[in-house]
Formats: sequence, C-alpha cells, structure tokens
Amino acid sequence: MARAAVSGGLKVRRTWRPAVVLERRQETPSASTLSLDVPGWTGHLAGQHVDIRLTAPDGYQAARSYSLAAPEDGDRIEITVQAVPDGEVSTYLVGDAQSGDSVEVRGPVGGWFVWRPESSGPVLLVAGGSGVVPLMAMIRSRDRVSQAPFRLIYSVREPKDRIYDHELRRRAAEDGGLDVTFVYTRAAPDGETRPVGRISLDDLVSHSWPAEVEPTCYVCGPTGFVEAVADLLIFMGHDPTKIKTERFGPSGP
Amino acid sequence: MDTRTTAAYDGNALAGPLSEVFAVEVTTAVGRCRGCGTSSEVATFQVYGPDPGLVGRCPGCENVLLRVVRTPDSLWLDLSGMSALRVLMPANSAAESDE
Repeated sequence: MARAAVSGGLKVRRTWRPAVVLERRQETPSASTLSLDVPGWTGHLAGQHVDIRLTAPDGYQAARSYSLAAPEDGDRIEITVQAVPDGEVSTYLVGDAQSGDSVEVRGPVGGWFVWRPESSGPVLLVAGGSGVVPLMAMIRSRDRVSQAPFRLIYSVREPKDRIYDHELRRRAAEDGGLDVTFVYTRAAPDGETRPVGRISLDDLVSHSWPAEVEPTCYVCGPTGFVEAVADLLIFMGHDPTKIKTERFGPSGP
Repeated sequence: MDTRTTAAYDGNALAGPLSEVFAVEVTTAVGRCRGCGTSSEVATFQVYGPDPGLVGRCPGCENVLLRVVRTPDSLWLDLSGMSALRVLMPANSAAESDE
C-alpha cells in the first residue's frame, strides 16, 4: 500500500499488522512493560504511540492506545501499560500476556507530542503516573544522540508506583544533563522532606527551568493533572506554544 | 470553581482512528473553529469518548469540531464544526518515496 509522508519523516500506517509478544516485565504492582516483535516496523519517534488490538475467540475486538516506551530498535517495540480497573485490554497486557501471544498493532501514530533527537534545546518533562511512559522514551532517545539538557518531574501516589525507578536513578546519577525529581501525592519514602501532596507551583519553580530558558515542555498524565500543570507553567511565564500536553483519561494520582 | 466538564482525552487520541482515513499525520494539522474562529492543532482538541464515538471540541469555545464513529463496515467522519483544516505539507512531500 502506498503511504504518504509529511515533513520529519512521519509516515502514517493505516493498517493493523500482526505482532508477537516477546517478553513481559513487571514494572510496578500494576504496570508491565511488553516487548513486541512487529515484522516490518519502520521506526518511530519518542512520544508517538501505537494502538493495540486484541481479538477474542468469538471475534470480539477491543483496541487501546499506548505510548511507545523505548527508542527505535528494528522490529522490536516496547510499551508500558498501567492496569485500569476492569480494563479489558490493560488487564490482559499487564497480567496475562505471555511470550508468543499474538496481538495486532497499528502505528506509530501521533506527530505532535514528539521529541526529535536532533533538537538541542532544554526540555522539561512533567509526568503524572503512567504519563511517564512517552517521556521515558524521550529520555532514552536523548541518551543515544543528543546533549539537550532534560529535567523530569515525576508525580506518583507512593513509592511503589514509580515506573522505571532504578533506571531513572541510574541515568540521573550517571548523566549530568538529566535531573529527576519525584513528587509524592499520598505517601513518601523515608527521608523525603517535601510534604506529600499534589504537584504545586513550588515544585515547578524548584525543579523545572525558569521560563527565560525557554524550554520545550512536555506534560503527560491524567487530564486533571495535565491541566493543572499546564496552567502553572503558563503562570510561570512559559510560552503556551512550547507546552505540549497529552491527556490519557480521567483517573490518576 | 470551574464548572466545565473536563474532557477525558485530547486530540492525540485521534491519531490512530484518523490514520485509517488520512494519508498524512493529521494530529499536527490546524483546524479552524466555525463557531469562534480559533485555530488549534488537532492534538489540542478536547476529546470525549471513545464510545459511541470520539468527539473533538474546540479548546477555545468547546464547539464540536469533529466526530469520528467506527461502525463494523464504515468510519463516519463529521468535520462540520470546522471551517478549514490546514495540513502541513511541504511542496516536495508527494515525491517522498515509501521505503
């Protein structure tokens, strides 16, 4: 099938293609990373997502959209999925998917909430819950090629909800260009001096870039979280056209 | 207190469904609201759904800009809330070849 292209090489994939589960790794009690083999995958940008479709034996189908968690790697893609209570797709992907299982994939899709490795400007990432997934893809992509300085502020309910905890700490320790700050809304680990609570202006002022630095801001999480953070960033003087947001639904920390 | 209903999603969620009908990535396109005249990227639309279909509203005035409904044999696309849709497309893009 002929495919059209737009600037930046984003090509639209219009068809569902077969994929096989290679591996499932538990990230937190309620989130797993799945590696999938998608024959013929032709690459993607950090921040893009895929739609995953499951088909039941009776023919019933359900599809959901998930952010890609890792940079381009041949035919192998990774998604990290947070289980949604009663979610017919997420509960299977997080808890039941086995190596060798078949699913269908459409994508990559999305071209707005993306970070391109050739960009060198400072980047602010603000994540709520599993909103960290596309931002992690940006951090992992940056590691390969870009010197752009990154700051991540990551809001979770409690310590056990931190996805990519060890990797984020390791990367932040090894890499002077990456700062990582955790914000806890319900329970904090021992030694944490910040009182628990929702992300605030103080958090952003202390751990983000001043507006004068003109960072590109990526905010991803539940709808209420994203709107609150975007409003705070605008209040701080950030250019609204440099604030990119992705909302993934009503629930969250 | 803000009494607006909060949209569950945003226009990023339209990327997959719209990729079935558009030949280009359409979430970076800019739609102009027929109601208030605001131009905004499709990715920034306020999106409700997914059932019975996806509804995209103007971030400026909440007018309905677009509806996407998938039926077993069709995809219904209602763009009547937009007076224009500007798709970024360099002059040479048609010549870019598929790999």
